[in-house]
Amino acid sequence: MTSQGNTALKTTQDAPQSDIAVSVRNVSKIYGGAIHALNDMTLDFPRGQLTSLLGPSGCGKTTLLKIIGGLLDQTSGEILVNGKPVDGPGPDRAFVFQDFALMPWASVIRNVAFGLELRGVAKSEREAVAEKYIAAVGLSGFEKQYPHELSGGMRQRVGLARALSVNADVLLLDEPFSAVDEQTRRKFQEDLLALVENEKKTFIFVTHSIEEAVYVSDQIALLLARPSRVSEIIKPDIDRSISPDALRRDPVYLDTVERIWSSLRSYVE
Amino acid sequence: MKLFGYKLPMMSSLLIWAVLWEIVGQLDMTILLPPLSAILAKMIEIVPTTSFLSAFGVTARAFLVGTGFAVAIGIPVGVLMGKSVLIDRLLLPWVNMFLSAPLTALVPVLMVLFGIGEQTVIITTALFAIWIIVLDTRAGVKQISSSLVEMAHSFGASSFQAFFKIYIWAALPEILAGVRIGFIRAVKGVIIGQLLVSVVGFGRLFELYSANFLMEHFWALLLVLFFAAFTLAEGLGYLERKVDYYAASRAP
Amino acid sequence: MDKHLTSAPALKVLSIIIVFCAWEYAGRIPVSPAFPTFLETMQGLWEITIDGSLLRAYPETLKPLILGVAISAVLGITIGVAIGLSFKVEWFASPIFVVMQSAPLAALIPLLVLAYGIGLTSKVMVVCIMAMPVIVLNSANAVRHTPTSIKEMGRSFLGSPMEIIFKIILPSAAPVIFAGLRLGVSAGFIGAILSELLITPTGIGDVITYNQAIAEYAKMYAAIFSIIVLAVVFLDVIEKIELTLFRPDKRVSA
Repeated sequence: MTSQGNTALKTTQDAPQSDIAVSVRNVSKIYGGAIHALNDMTLDFPRGQLTSLLGPSGCGKTTLLKIIGGLLDQTSGEILVNGKPVDGPGPDRAFVFQDFALMPWASVIRNVAFGLELRGVAKSEREAVAEKYIAAVGLSGFEKQYPHELSGGMRQRVGLARALSVNADVLLLDEPFSAVDEQTRRKFQEDLLALVENEKKTFIFVTHSIEEAVYVSDQIALLLARPSRVSEIIKPDIDRSISPDALRRDPVYLDTVERIWSSLRSYVE
Repeated sequence: MKLFGYKLPMMSSLLIWAVLWEIVGQLDMTILLPPLSAILAKMIEIVPTTSFLSAFGVTARAFLVGTGFAVAIGIPVGVLMGKSVLIDRLLLPWVNMFLSAPLTALVPVLMVLFGIGEQTVIITTALFAIWIIVLDTRAGVKQISSSLVEMAHSFGASSFQAFFKIYIWAALPEILAGVRIGFIRAVKGVIIGQLLVSVVGFGRLFELYSANFLMEHFWALLLVLFFAAFTLAEGLGYLERKVDYYAASRAP
Repeated sequence: MDKHLTSAPALKVLSIIIVFCAWEYAGRIPVSPAFPTFLETMQGLWEITIDGSLLRAYPETLKPLILGVAISAVLGITIGVAIGLSFKVEWFASPIFVVMQSAPLAALIPLLVLAYGIGLTSKVMVVCIMAMPVIVLNSANAVRHTPTSIKEMGRSFLGSPMEIIFKIILPSAAPVIFAGLRLGVSAGFIGAILSELLITPTGIGDVITYNQAIAEYAKMYAAIFSIIVLAVVFLDVIEKIELTLFRPDKRVSA
């Protein structure tokens, strides 16, 4: 297991297309002239991997995620996605919301296809794509149901399928599993690992759960508040080919969790 | 909304509307809309007159007596309905019906039964106000959490103590909301009553002014009325906000 | 007590029976020479139905109501949505409607008569001023309180502002807008009846005042009974439509 200072550039070889999918450069976000949600943050997100933003409340992780997604503007600094600066939302990034953000009046398939609908894709085509991803998240058969007929976990899977359908390079997940129960949450974490394997996308994942971050991430950016900053980058050196349950008892997993906790502890006490 | 970086207060656009009114009036675009300044001047003129004050007195009296009845009968009925399922099921269809029914249609009946005078206006006012007071009181009583009731018992409160020290306060936000809306409806009721009866109070004055095309008088009276209604509504809203602080945090 | 006897529908029927019996009794005492019994009123209802006066009267009364509500709906929803979408529009327009909501608008009726005479126009205007405030304010509220996260979701998937308004904000606001329409119809009924009684009785107002003048109280009460029942039934139907179209369980925020 390795940890480093502020920036993380872990490439083994130079490739023509940069191995860094998203690059955050000196980004600050100040509200009302006084409240520093983000302070001169610099961070890189390697392509094809899942990077977590982990930290206590108020450290700016959701703010950073929304700025990367183009839903908020930064006060200063820049965000580069695939080398190009970010200016609002774009087809290269897709967002998964903490409270699901489903349209209660629309069926599952309409919700999943919504991103494509907004892009003007024809109905039959977008529904075909939607069906594929509905199956990928394990909701086959629920296409015609409405959100109120689904459990919290199922609703979040709809949100995930919607984000996958638009085929963006970067997936941004804002505490996606915090609004579901513990058992569902564990299942989601396992499913997410499989998803990262199969879809060659870059995942940026916000969470406040240490176990969750260590479980799913290729690397974890520990964010602290007041002032908000990256305190450490941690790459859990876990062998993920073992069974999901065994993974939760793996010594390296447990050690990493403890290490992070003792790091954060001094900020909580 | 911000102008030059300063946040404009609520309702400040009414000033712009007032200016527009003045311009329309000065340009004499329609006989029906005299300039606002002339109306305001007329307001100052007529308010102290005996005809206005007596009309106002009649209206205020009818309003207070009417709402008094509505509150005195409405709140107990609402409490009864909140506590007894039987009474609730018997009365609720009627309360709901009269809440949305056009009560105006009943005024001719009232005129036939009680004559063309203040009595009819009082009953109209009470009828307009009472239904929402009953309904909201009932809602307030129904939502009193059972754990509050258990707490009262466990600390040995008598029925009297429980009612006045606990239940009234627990239900108060809803009751106040009902009374506020009831009062606003009562204002509409007292005016509609007077317009239909038209020989008392403001109804008589409106009739007089419109028959004689005294537009400035008419508008002056109207604005006084609107202003009074608005002030009343805001005053009650203020009272309601004072108990609001605990309304949201009551246990489900 | 037997469960069926105290069930809600049974008690509803029971309470209706009790009220009608009380009415009958009060008429027989009599409470007043001008107070017909329930049965006499029902007979009066029958009579004015078969002699056609009721059927002639209703279209006259409903004309300003329907026209007024239609105009108020179109205008009111448009203004309300605009208020909900734009802070500038809200600052400019909403105070007027807020004042109108608590004001006794009926007082404006003599003014409207002066302006527009005693025809259909003034009656339609009365219905409009009674119905518009509640429609506008409900629509404005519904639009303004659209949950932030679904608006954000629309932006994140590159929806244009127009798309966000028509595909997200309006569908989300629809139930409350519709409820506002229902309240507007209720206010419109008051306006229609007031026009009949204050401006000129061409419809049901005519039946009421005529029979009052010739002391045919049973028929007068019958006419009033009929319009109240009509209004209540109509509003009930609208509410049922509202519940079916915008089923509350669909409204769980997802």
